[in-house]
Amino acid sequence: MIDSLNDRMRTISYSEAINEALREEMQRDPNVFILGEDVATMGGVFGVTAGLLEQFGPERVMDTPISEAGVIGAALGAAMMGMRPVAEIMFGDFLGCAGDQLINQVAKARYMSGGKARVPLTIRVTTGAPGAAAAQHSQSPESWFMNVPGLKIACPATPADAKGLLKTAIRGEDPVLFFEHKMLYATKGAVPDGDHVVELGQARVVREGADVTIIAIGGMLPRALEAAQTLAARDRAISCEVIDPRTLVPLDLPTLIDSVKKTGRVVIVHEAHKRAGPGAEIAALLAEHAVDYLDSPIARVAAKNVPLPYAPALEQFVLPNTQDIIDAVLRVLR
Amino acid sequence: MLSHHKLIELYRLMLLIRRFELRAIDERRQGLIPGFIHPYVGEEACAVGACAALNRDDVITSTHRGHGHLIAKGGDVRLMMAELAARETGYCAGKGGSLHMTDFDLGIMGANGIVAGGIPMAVGAALAFKKQAANGAPMRVALSFFGDGATNEGAFHEALNLAGLWKLPVIFFCENNLYGEGTPQNKQAPVSQLSLRAQAYAMPGVTVDGNDVLAVYQATRAAVERARHGAGPTFIEGLTYRYRGHYEGDPQVYRSPQEVAEWQARDPIPRFRRWLVEAGVSESDIEQAEGQVLAMVDEAVDYARKAPPARVQDALSGVYGNAHNGAVF
Ligand SMILES: Cc1ncc(C[n+]2csc(CCOP(=O)(O)OP(=O)(O)O)c2C)c(N)n1
Ligand SMILES: [Mg+2]
Repeated sequence: MIDSLNDRMRTISYSEAINEALREEMQRDPNVFILGEDVATMGGVFGVTAGLLEQFGPERVMDTPISEAGVIGAALGAAMMGMRPVAEIMFGDFLGCAGDQLINQVAKARYMSGGKARVPLTIRVTTGAPGAAAAQHSQSPESWFMNVPGLKIACPATPADAKGLLKTAIRGEDPVLFFEHKMLYATKGAVPDGDHVVELGQARVVREGADVTIIAIGGMLPRALEAAQTLAARDRAISCEVIDPRTLVPLDLPTLIDSVKKTGRVVIVHEAHKRAGPGAEIAALLAEHAVDYLDSPIARVAAKNVPLPYAPALEQFVLPNTQDIIDAVLRVLR
Repeated sequence: MLSHHKLIELYRLMLLIRRFELRAIDERRQGLIPGFIHPYVGEEACAVGACAALNRDDVITSTHRGHGHLIAKGGDVRLMMAELAARETGYCAGKGGSLHMTDFDLGIMGANGIVAGGIPMAVGAALAFKKQAANGAPMRVALSFFGDGATNEGAFHEALNLAGLWKLPVIFFCENNLYGEGTPQNKQAPVSQLSLRAQAYAMPGVTVDGNDVLAVYQATRAAVERARHGAGPTFIEGLTYRYRGHYEGDPQVYRSPQEVAEWQARDPIPRFRRWLVEAGVSESDIEQAEGQVLAMVDEAVDYARKAPPARVQDALSGVYGNAHNGAVF
């Protein structure tokens, strides 16, 4: 599936793509505003919101105190009153500080109110290990929130998807947790010119293949593509289909099942811990809906079930890598 | 009044923090240290003055900018440098790094990667001390270090409320260095004198010159006295400034070199050195302390370099206690 075959493309970074999406949506809708720690003067600690304060002023690009619960709660209230806030939480690890607002308030407001509350709220947050940042700055918390009905969860892996999904999230009617992988910020890719939007809930077949389906989430997509390339170059070439779900909630199950019908084998790859990570839900869904097409057990490649260690050698051991994906593919093909 | 010996000790510790930090910055550039560090340079008088008022079995909680707190509470700079260098013999066996260094034998409950993360924990320690004192143990005291920015977290307010309500032996030490990352304090809170926040929790709040080690010591001593006698918590605000960026590598677009220079003129270390000389401490005693510090920092780096790297085979152990024979699941 290619999103916009006819559009003209530019090559920009993941971080620039997000910046563009924010800029364009702020131009498009005066109700969109940004709030978060160091997002204005500093342009975000990862530089993603650079230049927005200068363009839109301090009323629409707001530095906040270090108050995650306050930020998410204030964004919720403003959203209910007709604004379209884009809140930034610097590290996914800090979502815990906003726990109640996010889990008990934001996620449930619409349902509990019998549909009276509307929460068009986007929460941008970073995910993943930036390297030697240890246990409180390296987590991939996507699946913590998959168990909370009411939140949508996006995990873009390319500049084009980052831009397109973010625009959709901002225009949407529901709260979206938008996970940006720290190690993807500098990666570059083609992004269509113009108003490029990507619907939530549409997986992308990034590489077509016949032998194995690799479902790769967020920062693991580049690793999965590397693995697929290596496997294709072997003497007895293995053809991997690589799929990026792009959003975990909603999840595009039909696209995944179609691929499984073709390959009969599945490897799910994510940086989150293995236990109850996103792969657990995906594997369960495939077991429920596609077990008849499976020729071997589903494999998951994920971080080991320990907090992320500081020492780089230990960290690399705990995190999944390209070789782990290759090994898993060979395993399911045995 | 403090003895000459103790006064020199305050100076030595401040200088040790300064030299340790500058050396760590250097060693990080040279590649010995893989992770980020948040240097404490400029704020030494807060940690040293406050910890000088504590006993060894009193406890502290620290922050992301924690190296100074650890050293002031007696932390071993060799084990600290080894931890920064991700060595097996470092404070956390290489698993924690700068943000998580801990030494329970010295009453160091841990640095912390989460802003305000240590404050409720200190309240919990004080709760335990109060219960233990009711059973006849001597009253121990907990002191929580945190920054100005941390006072805007809900955890801070909940912790102070509990401490005030339960009259716990805890001291809240706020290092007001005027910034939380790149955002100035006056854009983070509608009050600039943060000790005013204590009023809402029925505890005394005092503001001291955080670049004056003796002023910090005296304020903390008074708070410790109160706490030990069951009179409850105190909030101390130390006015200070960090000379380096928020983290090493921070471009510091949010402040002027002029402002940094103004504060550098109030550097707590040369200031205290002058005071010592005026107070009659001999130049040679001071120089001896200075020599010691340099040797200790060299030794710490040497120790870290020679220490074995953290062991990959240990990566999976230590998540839980021993109830499951160390099984990982
Ligand atoms: C809960 C949480 N939010 C945000 C951060 C990111 N962060 C790390 S240090 C810091 C600034 C802290 O400011 P302050 O408390 O004044 O301490 P200082 O750095 O000035 O010593 C921020 C925002 C964090 N580590 N934890
Ligand atoms: Mg500060």
